[in-house]
Amino acid sequence: MADLLIQQLRKTYNKGATIAVDDVSFSVEQGALFGLIGPDGAGKTSIFRMLTTLLLPDSGTASVRGMDIVHDYKAIRKEVGYMPGKFSLYQDLTVEENLNFFATVFNTSVAENYSLIKDIYVQIEPFKTRKAGKLSGGMKQKLALCCALIHRPTVLFLDEPTTGVDTVSRKEFWAMLQQLKAQGITILVSTPYMDEATLCERIALMQSGRIMAIDTPERLVSAYPDRMYAIKAKDMSALLQELRHCGSLASCYAFGEYHHITFNNDNEVSRTALVQYFTEQGYKDLELKEIAPGIEDCFIRLMNYAGNSH
Amino acid sequence: MQEIVIKTEQLTKRFGDFTAVDGISFSVGAGEIFGFLGANGAGKTTAMRMLCGLSAPSSGAATIAGFDIYTGTEGIKRNIGYMSQKFSLYEDLTVLENIRLFGGIYGLRDRQIKDKSEELIGSLGMGREAKKLVGSLPLGWKQKLAFSVAILHTPRIVFLDEPTGGVDPVTRRQFWDLIYAAAASGITIFVTTHYMDEAEYCGRVSMMVDGVIKALDTPSQLKQQFAAGSMDEVFFELARNSKRKADQA
Repeated sequence: MADLLIQQLRKTYNKGATIAVDDVSFSVEQGALFGLIGPDGAGKTSIFRMLTTLLLPDSGTASVRGMDIVHDYKAIRKEVGYMPGKFSLYQDLTVEENLNFFATVFNTSVAENYSLIKDIYVQIEPFKTRKAGKLSGGMKQKLALCCALIHRPTVLFLDEPTTGVDTVSRKEFWAMLQQLKAQGITILVSTPYMDEATLCERIALMQSGRIMAIDTPERLVSAYPDRMYAIKAKDMSALLQELRHCGSLASCYAFGEYHHITFNNDNEVSRTALVQYFTEQGYKDLELKEIAPGIEDCFIRLMNYAGNSH
Repeated sequence: MQEIVIKTEQLTKRFGDFTAVDGISFSVGAGEIFGFLGANGAGKTTAMRMLCGLSAPSSGAATIAGFDIYTGTEGIKRNIGYMSQKFSLYEDLTVLENIRLFGGIYGLRDRQIKDKSEELIGSLGMGREAKKLVGSLPLGWKQKLAFSVAILHTPRIVFLDEPTGGVDPVTRRQFWDLIYAAAASGITIFVTTHYMDEAEYCGRVSMMVDGVIKALDTPSQLKQQFAAGSMDEVFFELARNSKRKADQA
């Protein structure tokens, strides 16, 4: 049986006026690393708060290791670890005091479960007498993870652990998650960074309270229906403006160094015509190449599709 | 030659015996999109606060929009715009009320505020939302509105502190369209971001590590210099040896 089983979960605010989570269903197998990928307002935090029994759903059901989130909330709280998106440790306690406090709350000791947090804790140990409020962002994040792990949870909930964290610390954090996964802990993690999606085994792409797609990152990418091309030239801004008026293109948008485009009728003729047109327009160093789409491309396509169908 | 609107020389900020910003020197031209990147704790926020005239430097010199960073802070504030992910607009005021409030703060006349309000609401396609509370809008809309409000008074420079954090990929790109349009009209863009693809949208990018600007160039030159395939790799190469990240906020 799945460690997390979510069926038709719904949450509204403002007396139903704001739909935060719109009949969401998914499941996470034991020991899996599952990612909720989406921007602010997608409903990720509401899902976390319902699964950690801090918020009641309007309708639908969910269970954590077979325990119902409404009826078995006390038992669930003993089993799960939760790292909220907002730093929620005691700022006026030291690193060491925070850790001891959370261990005590769960009727255990730091020593008992030290092996689980050791690799992470050694990085903040030099600052163990420093107040949590005085730590840097990366250090706070590591302490929060230690505190979420200190009672050896079977399921770990991490709500946007890498938001606002620089790319080096983000890489380190994901490496830590892989180690925890190797210990058999089931992990549900959320992120607004599309590039982190590929580090999860399965992901749900979320927007406005709904799951737009759910699968492994590899399968989502390979299910992209069109062939995708990257184009660049000297003046990228002007190029994008003109690409938007090209009738032969199904989509075009900026993507880092290149613009990504798909054709309505993808064939040699339309591709050659495009290159020829922009060369004649005087665009220098024009380059067009086929590329493999990424998760962000999938997300954009799904968002545009949802936008058009409404 | 392009007019210089930001020029710093050995700009430094110390807090006690800690040097948050350690002698940074660079210049930014009018209408340029300048990416100000760095690791957490590198000193970006401290540097930005000085450039906005909110924090006096410990030493060094700078001229912002023609005003001296020590003696001309009021002049600086009148000629810049600022927006961040955290604070941008008043959530409990409507879209129109926010425009009116900030227009007043920036010293626009009633007539100008009225014209600007109509123009802005039209260009953002927010006609139906004009009388709604800002707090009820999706984040992406808020950020687009916040940017438009930050340049309401057509400042020389607009400072954007992680303007697209948490914004969906489609709206993030629409946001950059607004940035390009503002830059094309001559407003200088000074922007920080954690999205490395957005570093590519900048004309030039500086990389700050441990209070020092370690690299500054166009994205393509930086990639060449560090033999990197992406800006992400350039950043990683520069920031991974940071001494400060373990320790400082």
